[in-house]
Amino acid sequence: MTVLSLKNIAKNFGAIQAIRDISFNIKESETVGLMGDNGAGKSTLLKIIAGNFNPSSGSIEFENEEVHFQKPIDAREAGIEVVYQDLALCNHLTAAANVFLGREITKGVWPFRFLDYPKMFKKSAELFEELKSETRPKDLVMQMSGGQRQAVAIARTRLTNPKLVLMDEPTAAISVRQVAEVLDLIKRLKDQGIAVLLISHRMPDIFEVCEKLVVLRRGEKVCDKLIKQSSTEEATGLITGAIDRV
Amino acid sequence: MKFNKEIISQSEKTAFQKILSEQSFWVTIALFGICFVMYFVEDAFSSKDNLFNITRNFSFIGIMAIGMTFVIITAGIDLSVGSIMGVTGVICGLFLDAQYLPDWYAKSAFFGVAYVWVAIILALLAGVLVGAINGYLIAYLNLSPFVVTLGMMAIARSLALVVSNNKMFYEFGPKEEIFFEIGGGSIFGVANATWLLIILTIIMGLVLKYTAYGKHVYAVGSNKKAAELSGINTRWIEMSVYMISGLFAAISAVMIVGWMGSVTNALGYTYELRVIAATVIGGANLMGGVGGTFGAFIGAALMETIRNSLLMAGIDPYWQGTFLGLFIVGAVWLEKVKNKKNN
Repeated sequence: MTVLSLKNIAKNFGAIQAIRDISFNIKESETVGLMGDNGAGKSTLLKIIAGNFNPSSGSIEFENEEVHFQKPIDAREAGIEVVYQDLALCNHLTAAANVFLGREITKGVWPFRFLDYPKMFKKSAELFEELKSETRPKDLVMQMSGGQRQAVAIARTRLTNPKLVLMDEPTAAISVRQVAEVLDLIKRLKDQGIAVLLISHRMPDIFEVCEKLVVLRRGEKVCDKLIKQSSTEEATGLITGAIDRV
Repeated sequence: MKFNKEIISQSEKTAFQKILSEQSFWVTIALFGICFVMYFVEDAFSSKDNLFNITRNFSFIGIMAIGMTFVIITAGIDLSVGSIMGVTGVICGLFLDAQYLPDWYAKSAFFGVAYVWVAIILALLAGVLVGAINGYLIAYLNLSPFVVTLGMMAIARSLALVVSNNKMFYEFGPKEEIFFEIGGGSIFGVANATWLLIILTIIMGLVLKYTAYGKHVYAVGSNKKAAELSGINTRWIEMSVYMISGLFAAISAVMIVGWMGSVTNALGYTYELRVIAATVIGGANLMGGVGGTFGAFIGAALMETIRNSLLMAGIDPYWQGTFLGLFIVGAVWLEKVKNKKNN
């Protein structure tokens, strides 16, 4: 089943055309790698899918229905979760508080509606266990490694049952061991039938976890094929422009 | 990769280690240390009257510091609290001393005790309103908290002059004892203002720790963008903390006017410094994301105790501003040292 279908998406910022005529599909439990040089339009496209921007033209179908997200919260309610590049975590809060930020579990009636800490700790411990990440729910995010922070950011997406998770450079700026951890996390999402759109500069990551490769160059789609049928050499050529398109 | 399920159920720090890492804990220790020394050095310090005075005096600052804590947790600052205290105190006085109001009000309102409550409620509403103006400009028009509240500091002080017409209010009508009792009375030998401070410290502490609203206040101060992406209405959170700060300045104003039995437009002049100092000494971080109401309480207590001790030690009161300034700078420096150690 097709989860997300982009049709002729374009986005202009004033006179600048950030992306134009982008169409591709993401299927259920499919991991799609989105590559491209800096300024190719990857983040713009992600922000359109996540509801941060409206496309200037084109349409988005989510689970075979046309959608128009006005804000990120609309996309989330539809079943699209985002893991942002800078992770969007609050350093001064615990892992559990970050997982539940904006969606806290409470009990009681107003004005005596209080946070249900035991429930939130338990549920986030379950999520970390499911992701096989050794992250302690009661620890402050401030004290965590890059891999653990990724686990927190990814655990947040698992609170609901999203159909699609968008990830913006989840393996940038972390150590090699942590990269392996994050790639494992992505595979766990796939095991649970969740589709993933992975933006990354790291070729090995994309080739390890993705089934499909989409390459953008100067705002246009130049490649949309199965990873099996491609190679790192071809991808490099497409990104740099040595190969025009395939 | 080996995965150890046990780790998830552990906590990095024990409860005891957590307490040790709190600045408010060390300030409490310092406070007890000073009291301990003063107990032996100066007989008058531990007299019932002096302790009553100290606790009542820091209550007014402490109540305002609770409101300030909310603002500072969001990485904001409210320089206008002293002036808000001034203008709300004057409004309270104006409605108690009804001789300057139109006759129809003075005549109708003097039935029963209603006019006392009308004056108090109007003062509190005025505090919330001034805070809401601050908050709106800061949260919705993205103006810097420093500049907005600096401007409000001047505006509210001048409005206090306008409202009072530079008069002192001290005749609080036929039921003035009720008003004096609220602000100046005591229960079980502890001043009402101190009871109120204790109650508000507990209530607002619960709000911060155990409600979603409290978590969102921390989140806005810690990482506003992350809070916004999580679907939190960050603008409303930011605006609301200034409303809380304004309300608490007004509560403190009502109590202090009741205690002093009179009010002029100079009420609360330069109190913002003492309130910010108490909040920061108690462990609130000016960079946002850190702080608590117990810290505000204990910070105010420490400052007043030191002030009282210095007076008793015979140090010229002209030096008080110097000490106040040193405390503010010292607390911020301590924070810096602590952050360096954490990183």
